[in-house]
Amino acid sequence: MRLKSLMLGACSLAAMTVWAQAETLTIATVNNGDMVRMQKLSDDFKAKNPGIDLEWVTLEENVLRQRVTTDIATKGGQYDIMTIGTYEVPIWAKQGWLQPLDKLVADDDYDVNDLLPPIRSGLTYEGKLYASPFYGESSFVMYRKDLFEKAGLTMPNAPTWDFIGEAARKLTDKSKEMYGICLRGKAGWGENMALLTAMSNSFGARWFDMDWKPQFDQPEWKATLEYYVNLMKDAGPPGASSNGFNENLALFQSGKCAMWIDATVAASFVSDPKESQVADKVGFALAPDNGLGKRGNWLWAWSLAIPAGSKKTEAAEKFIDWATSQSYTQLVASKDGWLNVPPGTRTSLYETPDYIKVAPFAKATLESINSADPDKPTVKPVPYVGVQFVAIPEFQGLGTAVGQQFSAALAGQITVDQALKNAQQLSVREMTKGGYIK
Amino acid sequence: MARAISTRRKLTFTAIGWLVGFVIFFPILWTVITSFKTEGEAIASPPHFLFFDWTLDSYAEVQSRSNYLKHVMNSVIISFGSTFIALLIAIPAAWAMAFSPTKRTKDILMWMLSTKMLPPVGVLVPIYLLYRDWGLLDTRLGLVIVLTMINLPIIVWMLYTYFKEIPGEILEASRMDGASLAKEIIYVLTPMAVPGIASTLLLNIILAWNEAFWTLNLTAANAAPLTAFIASYSSPEGLFWAKLSAASTLAIAPILILGWFSQRQLVRGLTFGAVK
Amino acid sequence: MATLQTRSAARLMMSPAVLLLFAWMIVPLAMTLYFSFLRYNLLMPGMEEWAGTLNYHYFLTDPAFGTALLNTLLLVGGVLLITLAGGTLLALLLDQPFFGQGIVRLLVIAPFFVMPTVSALVWKNMLMHPVYGIFAWIARSLGLQPVDWLNNLPLFSVTMIVAWQWLPFATLILLTALQSLDEEQKEAAEMDGAGPISRFVYIVLPHLARAMTVVVLIETIFLLSVFAEILVTTNGGPGNESTNITYLVYAQALLQFDVGGASAGGIVAVILANLVAIFLIRLIGKNLEA
Repeated sequence: MRLKSLMLGACSLAAMTVWAQAETLTIATVNNGDMVRMQKLSDDFKAKNPGIDLEWVTLEENVLRQRVTTDIATKGGQYDIMTIGTYEVPIWAKQGWLQPLDKLVADDDYDVNDLLPPIRSGLTYEGKLYASPFYGESSFVMYRKDLFEKAGLTMPNAPTWDFIGEAARKLTDKSKEMYGICLRGKAGWGENMALLTAMSNSFGARWFDMDWKPQFDQPEWKATLEYYVNLMKDAGPPGASSNGFNENLALFQSGKCAMWIDATVAASFVSDPKESQVADKVGFALAPDNGLGKRGNWLWAWSLAIPAGSKKTEAAEKFIDWATSQSYTQLVASKDGWLNVPPGTRTSLYETPDYIKVAPFAKATLESINSADPDKPTVKPVPYVGVQFVAIPEFQGLGTAVGQQFSAALAGQITVDQALKNAQQLSVREMTKGGYIK
Repeated sequence: MARAISTRRKLTFTAIGWLVGFVIFFPILWTVITSFKTEGEAIASPPHFLFFDWTLDSYAEVQSRSNYLKHVMNSVIISFGSTFIALLIAIPAAWAMAFSPTKRTKDILMWMLSTKMLPPVGVLVPIYLLYRDWGLLDTRLGLVIVLTMINLPIIVWMLYTYFKEIPGEILEASRMDGASLAKEIIYVLTPMAVPGIASTLLLNIILAWNEAFWTLNLTAANAAPLTAFIASYSSPEGLFWAKLSAASTLAIAPILILGWFSQRQLVRGLTFGAVK
Repeated sequence: MATLQTRSAARLMMSPAVLLLFAWMIVPLAMTLYFSFLRYNLLMPGMEEWAGTLNYHYFLTDPAFGTALLNTLLLVGGVLLITLAGGTLLALLLDQPFFGQGIVRLLVIAPFFVMPTVSALVWKNMLMHPVYGIFAWIARSLGLQPVDWLNNLPLFSVTMIVAWQWLPFATLILLTALQSLDEEQKEAAEMDGAGPISRFVYIVLPHLARAMTVVVLIETIFLLSVFAEILVTTNGGPGNESTNITYLVYAQALLQFDVGGASAGGIVAVILANLVAIFLIRLIGKNLEA
């Protein structure tokens, strides 16, 4: 009896939730802070565009990627706007899965020339813009000014890996849960491999040579991985091999790391006194180098795109315009303050005095983004584009498999040599299977 | 002679029982407690167990981001709907297998169970393509169908083992009386089978409620149940322990409460023929 | 005696379930089988071509395959062992009268109602986390070095999490069986002067054998396809330390989007699962018959 009445109640409630709508946009997005804010502020969009309703599908990054990729590749048509990154855009655009945003580009209010050049070029395929950047990031060094001062160290604006290693070891005091450096160790092409690939660029390494032959058997990779594993062993937190962006952010915010090399967007989180215990003590510097002409910083932009074949293109364009134009920046600034505006997409933001005033990391962020070059990411020539990834469909799987090996090396389960050997083997296998190596 | 139970023995078992119960329940308890903390409090070391400022902030945050009720409704409709449909299909089958067994009955049962062994991810693309063509993506109906099919083998098996315990003579007797098949089922079998059916129903509602592959991969906005709700809190940026705890508490509360209230019914038929 | 009429009625009653399940199995299976012979990557449409046994070759020679196979067996075996032993002890405990028995029973069955994703998230972030986790706090309070569970003991940790979820199921089934044990039988043994251990070994354990086989059968079916817990906690790593077959197929399908490879992996998994099933039926089917 109880069950029956429960079911009846369920049915009537279900009937109530079905209502008629004019036009509903289904937006798939990541559960990152900036996107959550966009969702909260979207009443502003609805007020300005009566007749357009929004449905949000907010998912964790990996789940989101699975969902939107399956959907677009099978033309499932479940989403009207998708949040995708710099990795997906060139691959998907090549397949004709995305609609070019010609209308936005032509729109003076949108002001396409205001976009930061490296970000724009990362989202452009054969001269057309296929996705509009929501926020962009590079990576840099965040460090604790107070600890550096106490130890008598000075962080240069553009440090070398040697200096970072030395400082990290000096600042480590494991008995007090103080770790000199926090770096990503969690396996994944967008987790530890983003850091390690970008890092390897500054060590002169590359994923493939011009014949798509994997290069893990070369000394540059060995130098990269050895440096990384040794540094983390001496100066990293416990459990580093399962730390990704979030875990490290939490560690840094609670004052357990002296240095953290990661995404520039993290700067606003660590500088936010509401969330961070070290908000007023953080300094910023460019990603380290080895004097080879490349720094270990990456380039990424979470962007909004419209799947080809969408029947709601016009409404979707309106939304993208709302979410990625300068007026959205103004909206966030007026509601939540300048510190919380989505960074890294537009030149105009870095010319806004209000922003520069509250964001000590603005200059370093801009410099990092502008110094990243997805078309020429490495010291030696490569056949691919992408700084911390290789823009081929196989990379998600391959990058993650290699990441597993490097993560195992970090955890001490296998040696650096073994990890590199395994990585080389499985890359050769994958590339042969994919038909790159004949 | 009744066994004398000394008070001391009873007290000892009370202590052990509560300790074990507490340890097993602790992860859930800790989640619920953490959900009432602020983010900073949630990662405080040493942890605070009861004495902190209890706050509903995390719940407010979760509520402002997600339409919790809609996800709950979807979960309810999908898990109850699929279980009811599966029962409708399974009861006659299990009945037939239990009372008119043939040489192949066992094989059919085992074959049914073996269909559950295909890793779902291996058939995701075929199912996704079919669902796209049939317009079933992101619909409650689509999920009801999937969950009906994946739980059907367990349901058939559970009912079969339960029905088999019903003494055949009673049926023979009713047949002698000239009762029709329909009457046999309604008046004789059903009353005896109710505990088994109830417990099958409950077990499968739980299994369907917690299914996290299909419910996540075949839905977007409209039909997304609580498993999708959790996926939007699983590892966001920054400190997330308290928010994750709040979302987790919300996701498991309905089924936990249902399970607790109905545990006697659940247990009564949960024998899978294991009791003779 | 079953007449012809009831036999055909029985067939009629079985047919919806059998036909539906057959369709549910055969359609995706046929498509999967077909895809498994194609070079088919979702991200490269229009390039599908016949690949022969290439996908099988790559899946079976994958260095991770052997590890995954072993991990699958270890995971299933480990969880079965823990839940059977723990479930028996818990059932014996709950069979004793004590104060608040009903409430303790509610506490013990609670993990069964928790979604796999939620329990994995909770264990990973709030219990096993080497810095913020409760286990680390306990270790530090005792003056020990916190164990980094998911990195140093990945498979063991996953086994623990899964076992925690399935412990209530085993407990409930075993408890029901235990309670059906004849009170007189137990008392007779007691009168004969049998100690608690020999009573357990000679009377209780044989009585529970049937319930145990049921637990083994049902749990195995679900444990073979465990993957949410691995995805959330370790991502199969570090290295391949906690990758099982299901997770390996998952990586092919939703990281590589290699439908051909994933299909081949799926077929291999089905074959392996059916081998396990045949083994189980041999082992258990007889026991259930008796």
